[in-house]
Amino acid sequence: MSATPEELKSRIEAGISGAQAEVTGDGHHFQAIVRAPGFAGLTRIAQHKMVYDVFGTEVGDRIHALSIKTTATENS
Amino acid sequence: MSEPTSNPMQEAIHTAIAENPVILFMKGTPDAPACGFSARTVSVLQSLDRPFAAVDILPDPRIREELSALSGWPTIPQLFVDGELIGGCDIVMEMYQSGELHSALGLDAGTGESPADPDADSAPPLSIENRL
Repeated sequence: MSATPEELKSRIEAGISGAQAEVTGDGHHFQAIVRAPGFAGLTRIAQHKMVYDVFGTEVGDRIHALSIKTTATENS
Repeated sequence: MSEPTSNPMQEAIHTAIAENPVILFMKGTPDAPACGFSARTVSVLQSLDRPFAAVDILPDPRIREELSALSGWPTIPQLFVDGELIGGCDIVMEMYQSGELHSALGLDAGTGESPADPDADSAPPLSIENRL
């Protein structure tokens, strides 16, 4: 039932077009570094919301805490 | 907008955000934070000497439900400045380190105006329970 960094990584990469994610965590608290072309031009709030939206209500529940750092990448 | 029934909790949160230029929804209180993320956010705000209202979301689970529904942000803490969600702990930290938080809080030098004397304006932290 406990989430893994690998699961979070693959779901972020599947959920956000062109995203590359590095995820670390202990099963409850996670840190995600996410790079995606779709972040370009968005506020930090909007970028982080895109990542939270991948997990919906699981954040705060099954995924107790998800710390996020986002970077916009060049659209190639 | 066209909610059929009035929701006192939602209204109280709305009013609190509208009436307090800087308001932090957190777990615990500034003096006794109940979560590391809330604690870090409080210490950043306190280091800037900017008075802020604080709402403990723990006493009633509906506070968090309604807050997240309103802000679209799933986690706590949540910092609002001038009615707008600034972010949670990560964003507040990043903005603090880059200096953006100072500007967001109206603390940047060069505006030539200091709207409020922090001592004169240090309102006691708001407790949302008192409003219901």
